[in-house]
Amino acid sequence: MGHSRGVPGPRGQSDKGDRKGHDAMAPESHPYRDVVVAGVFNTAQARRLPGHTSASITVEAVHGALADAGLGLDDVDGVSAADLSARLIHDLRLGPAWRGTQYGLGMIAEAALAISAGMCDVAVVASGEAGIHTDRAATAPWTRPENEFVIPWGLFTAAEFALVARRHMIEYGTTEDQMATVAATIRNNGHANPEAVYHGRGPYTPADIRASRPIAEPFHLLDCAMTSEGGCALVLTRADRARDLRATPVYLLGMAADSYGPAYQHPPAYDLAGRTARDADDRAGTVGRRAADRAFRTARLGRTDVDVLELYDPFSFEVIRQLEAFGFCAPGEGGPFVADGHIAPDGKYPATTDGGLMSYSHAGSNPQMLQRAIRAVQQVRGTCASTQIPGARVALASAGGSGALFNQVALFGTERP
Amino acid sequence: MLEPQTGVPLNPVTPLTAPFWDGCAEGELRYQRCTACGTANFTPTDLCRGCTSRELEWRVSAGLGTVYSWTVVHRPVTPSFTTPYAVAIVDLDEGYRMLTNLIGVEADAVREGMRVRVDLHGVGGERVLPYFRPQFP
Repeated sequence: MGHSRGVPGPRGQSDKGDRKGHDAMAPESHPYRDVVVAGVFNTAQARRLPGHTSASITVEAVHGALADAGLGLDDVDGVSAADLSARLIHDLRLGPAWRGTQYGLGMIAEAALAISAGMCDVAVVASGEAGIHTDRAATAPWTRPENEFVIPWGLFTAAEFALVARRHMIEYGTTEDQMATVAATIRNNGHANPEAVYHGRGPYTPADIRASRPIAEPFHLLDCAMTSEGGCALVLTRADRARDLRATPVYLLGMAADSYGPAYQHPPAYDLAGRTARDADDRAGTVGRRAADRAFRTARLGRTDVDVLELYDPFSFEVIRQLEAFGFCAPGEGGPFVADGHIAPDGKYPATTDGGLMSYSHAGSNPQMLQRAIRAVQQVRGTCASTQIPGARVALASAGGSGALFNQVALFGTERP
Repeated sequence: MLEPQTGVPLNPVTPLTAPFWDGCAEGELRYQRCTACGTANFTPTDLCRGCTSRELEWRVSAGLGTVYSWTVVHRPVTPSFTTPYAVAIVDLDEGYRMLTNLIGVEADAVREGMRVRVDLHGVGGERVLPYFRPQFP
């Protein structure tokens, strides 16, 4: 297959240096120019973290990220921690503080905008879950929809995403072997990662993936995310404070998100489309396509400028889908693209280098999304303990997926935008 | 052969959704049609998803449609489900779409575009669920 990094992206978008829509935008007007990611931290991740609660593991992550930044709790005047935001502000005695309301990668962009707009100076973005998944006969609580028209049909996230994968197989001939290649690649990254919950469990071949027991066809057990416990946090601050910081400052270069509606209430139909569709390819099956275009536009970068893709990997197929939606290959070419080795550590677009949700950790609904961004930051800092991509300067992180009807895309780099 | 479940988890009926569930119990598959723009709406809604009108009337579907996508599930979401079961998205002939389970067919015989018809089954308590089975056995 003729995929190469110099080839312009599909759908006619010009690639490197695409400045369409930004002609009037002066360099200093970049929305995140005056903000840096100053600290990142993952706590220990494990199938179980005895003695921890979601709050306690989240606070451990906050301390870790502040230490990484060379800052302390006394410096913090902004908190974004999803359901725990208000509690942390109160219990850590951080008030008066800015309080975030977003989830996933949106937490990072929201905090960056709050700093940029003068609402706070040091924001912690944190999440953690522990002690939640206690009924092991059932799938994890955050994977079980509770909507009246969904629950009686026995859906859970694997089935929701399988309904999208099936349409891709029907439309484009995508195969279980191609999906298994994704799972083997990512699980092998986790196998090599000393911090991964499933460190040392591999290595895997695509045949190993397909030999695991079926879960929701076409997915086998090893095509699916695991479940675990853990916490993570990022610290963002003003760029003019960077000289006081311990770690190499990292910039948010662009971020955008797409939604097609509430997760797990309506059928995850590949062809669901709305009024804003730009063409026939803007539909729920390609969710994230518009977000990627916008994130790259804000970053003033093209696809070929990206060194590593920290893609959200709830299920193997979702990586194939995002490679297409984000414009790294044409619609329908994601299967052959991964089969050709493009996402391997030595490929053109190494993907999910920490082992992702499949092997590194899948600690609840929110930490798993933030952890893709933390790995992206570690990649451009050059500090990954395993599968460090040499010379990585720009990293993409994603979160959310087609089965949930939303997708988020963020770009990180060491060069000030 | 895939069969209906018994004792599956159910969420409470609301005033908005009661006409749908009452229909199932009375042997009818109901949906809402917008009298302003003609859009067929499902799940039950207070606003037409085609034009935002509130002029919605309940209609009875012929209960015929085609399989848009499906997955055969082998690991149940909770132990209250018997495996395998086939989750499907069915396109109804009236122009709306439903999540359902397929029954009356072998798990490996489900195909995209397969014609199906509604098959109402009680699953315990008062609730009757609209399963779908092949239209032409």
